[in-house]
Amino acid sequence: MNDTRAAQTTRHVTRTSGQRKLSQWIQQLVFVGPATFFFILIVIIPFFLGVYYSFTDWNGISRQINWIGIENYTHILTKDPDFRNAFWFTVRFTVVGIIVTNLLGFILAYLLTKPLRTRNILRTVFFMPNMIGGLLLGFIWQFIFIRGFAAVGEATGWTLFNLPWLGDRATSFWGIVIVFVWQTAGYLMVIYISALNNIPKDVLESAEIDGASRWQVIRNIILPLIMPAVTICLFLAISWAFKMFDLNLALTGGGPFKATESVALDIYNEAFTNNRLGLGTAKAVIFFVIVAIITSIQVRATKSREVEM
Amino acid sequence: MDVQSKYSARTLILEIIVILLGLVFLIPFYFLIINSVKSFGDILSNSASWPQQFVWSNYVDAWKAIDFPSALKNSLIVTIVSNLLLVLISAMAAYQMVRHPSRFNRILYFVLVAAMVIPFQSIMLPLMEMASAYRLSNSMLGLIVSYLGFGAPLSIFLFHGFVKNVPLEIEQAARVDGSNRYGVFFRIVCPLMMPMFVTVIILNTLWIWNDYLLPSLMLSSPEMRTIPLATYSFFGQYTKQWDMALPALVLGITPIIIFFLFLQRYIIQGITAGSVKG
Repeated sequence: MNDTRAAQTTRHVTRTSGQRKLSQWIQQLVFVGPATFFFILIVIIPFFLGVYYSFTDWNGISRQINWIGIENYTHILTKDPDFRNAFWFTVRFTVVGIIVTNLLGFILAYLLTKPLRTRNILRTVFFMPNMIGGLLLGFIWQFIFIRGFAAVGEATGWTLFNLPWLGDRATSFWGIVIVFVWQTAGYLMVIYISALNNIPKDVLESAEIDGASRWQVIRNIILPLIMPAVTICLFLAISWAFKMFDLNLALTGGGPFKATESVALDIYNEAFTNNRLGLGTAKAVIFFVIVAIITSIQVRATKSREVEM
Repeated sequence: MDVQSKYSARTLILEIIVILLGLVFLIPFYFLIINSVKSFGDILSNSASWPQQFVWSNYVDAWKAIDFPSALKNSLIVTIVSNLLLVLISAMAAYQMVRHPSRFNRILYFVLVAAMVIPFQSIMLPLMEMASAYRLSNSMLGLIVSYLGFGAPLSIFLFHGFVKNVPLEIEQAARVDGSNRYGVFFRIVCPLMMPMFVTVIILNTLWIWNDYLLPSLMLSSPEMRTIPLATYSFFGQYTKQWDMALPALVLGITPIIIFFLFLQRYIIQGITAGSVKG
């Protein structure tokens, strides 16, 4: 043992190829081993176990787990209004959420790359909500919607603020959109700012000399050049919106009448409230497939629009 | 200088508009903070106005009710230990994968990247089952181990992109001078990777610190609660008890806001760097 270590450290030319092979094996094990071990233990094994459980009637308590084939899947796809409802909410929320956050994020970035005197502090202001986790954010906004909006409504007389923001199907949807936008627009803004700063100044200047309007510059020069950032921002917004859990849980608990129940929350309720873990894992498998398909389509679609600078 | 020369009336109008928008963004913080020092009756009668009298004892009550020192300590332990181990194992794995692109390592890297789209919900139920089988449930260790596994893909991905740009010549020079692979990694490569360490630590801190679902599944004892867990169980007990809830929320967000205000520059750089690679 001491001999081999000495051979390694002093790198004797006389080292045999067998020893070199062994030391390479040890290096591979030391460098890659720990991460691989935890990754397989925490992600890969549970993932495949989950696929297995999705074909069973596992309830989480009983020792007896019966294989029931695709029954869970047919149940979810044909007679599960909760899942359909949650899926529909998640899709609507994701579409609205990604459009609004990306528009606002881009507009903020565009304005805050202008030579404003307060731009550094404003960047901080817009970014700060992102530090707070979804759970605490949900509770904070519960208060804003219930008490804060009511106070503003009283002071201004605007009916918009007097709506039952969390008590009604339609308004609670927009309530969650508002909180989501407030939380994530600043993060996307940071990414858009760095992309805007990377656009070569001479390109913009020559467009100005050629008499391009502001809108033409944005559409034909800025947007194509920041496409890599658009790819990332869309990807982030889609995965955040689609996997949303904490925010609904704290803000509305999925209510009223499951109107704001996301897929992630539905899976959670199926497993822990209804104790149907087999059904829950089947939902999770479907959820995974959908997330994988949507994100890969999106990345492929926007990547093809990226141009080399 | 640039700022001075280009400043026009148009810019001023723009500036005012963005400042107003910024103020709108801050309104939730205003409501949260002023109401946290009001009496319950004062909160209900006028939530928007300045407090009639400052009830600082709200904070004392909330501090005790959520057992803030213990929650803060637990959050710090989980976040710090997970972070340190995660950057260490991820940086080492990424380094080896870049420098030894064997078939095994290429496949492993592909699987890691592909696994990034797995939603937590897809693994949580079997993970809990395994955790109780291996007696890792209701333990900090189980929670930290879970973060290592679930956090490894993104962290390795970020380090992988970075190591590719580390010039090989420096490492070769160190090898010629008699350093072994471990020495090269810890003494030469690690210092070069400092910016990426900062990025990965920041991204993982924001995730782990704010995470609710995994700790809620893994930890059941009250004395192990992290800040999100303590806040959640507190809300279950004191529904709509706003004079207790608001100070508790202020306490809950203060550590991460302080973290942000002190490391702002690095956080924004880290997020930019992380997103460009990611």
